[in-house]
Amino acid sequence: MRSGVTIFPGSNCDRDIIVALKNITGKAPIKMWHKDTEFPNLDLIVIPGGFSFGDYLRCGALAARSPVIKIIKNHISRGGAVLGVCNGFQILIEAGILPGSLIRNKKLLFTCRDTMLEIQDTIKSPFLSGLKKEHHLNIPIAHNEGNFFASGTLLNELKNDGRIAFKYIKEVNNDTDYNPNGSSNDIAGILSKNGRVLGMMPHPERAINNLHGGTDGLKFLTKSFEQIIG
Amino acid sequence: MKVVVNISLKEGVLDPEGQAIKTSLSNLGFENLNDVRTGKQIILNFVNLEENEAVLEAKKMCDDLLVNTVIEKYKINILRN
Repeated sequence: MRSGVTIFPGSNCDRDIIVALKNITGKAPIKMWHKDTEFPNLDLIVIPGGFSFGDYLRCGALAARSPVIKIIKNHISRGGAVLGVCNGFQILIEAGILPGSLIRNKKLLFTCRDTMLEIQDTIKSPFLSGLKKEHHLNIPIAHNEGNFFASGTLLNELKNDGRIAFKYIKEVNNDTDYNPNGSSNDIAGILSKNGRVLGMMPHPERAINNLHGGTDGLKFLTKSFEQIIG
Repeated sequence: MKVVVNISLKEGVLDPEGQAIKTSLSNLGFENLNDVRTGKQIILNFVNLEENEAVLEAKKMCDDLLVNTVIEKYKINILRN
């Protein structure tokens, strides 16, 4: 699989996803500096987490207007797959590639912890078709602006079109704190209309080794990559 | 010439920062508040533009970058000395 990882000033999860891509696919991804516009055709582009441009103005707003975004839009129009994690999800929304908005966490806290994710019934997507719906994924989050906000109309549309990828779910019945940020309808990740762009707040690249405390991220990424090249 | 853009969250969008400020104010004894909403101000210092041109330019900047119109609204004012 030919993959690339975008790097903005302030990206800080780029190395982690590069390691994950290399370990899983056996091939190192190319690094895509935000000012560059010459790249070979790729199967997957990952926009990693971090604090691009210091989160100035709004999270992801300045990164979403960088030259490399045009390359990502061309890649998407060719049917290429894109995964945006955390700040990458914020950038996809700011670039108008995914809808809605990611606002301040409800409790005003930067929240860094494990979350349990329920896989939703979706349109055909390489990121989800290899996963079994009944197996929840335990993947950590680390963010301050991950509260997915959208109009009632958009929320209905996302649900009816099968574009909600993941929801935060209770591990035990009396858990009142399972939604870590106040997201509408407990949404943790959404898909583009063609299912080939996924934006998610949880960090799969931070759950690829038992030393991380779990390997559900490895499972998710491995299945996704199989489907993308398959 | 200076143009001031005031950006605030639309009605109905949760403003947890405003809520936290309201709680803090009420702890200080300021009880006469229904609600507190926060926002940001951007001052644009233009060169060689007429007032109406500067306002049009500022509006375009708001729509292209400065404002997330999904959750935010804005007002543009000319800053006169």
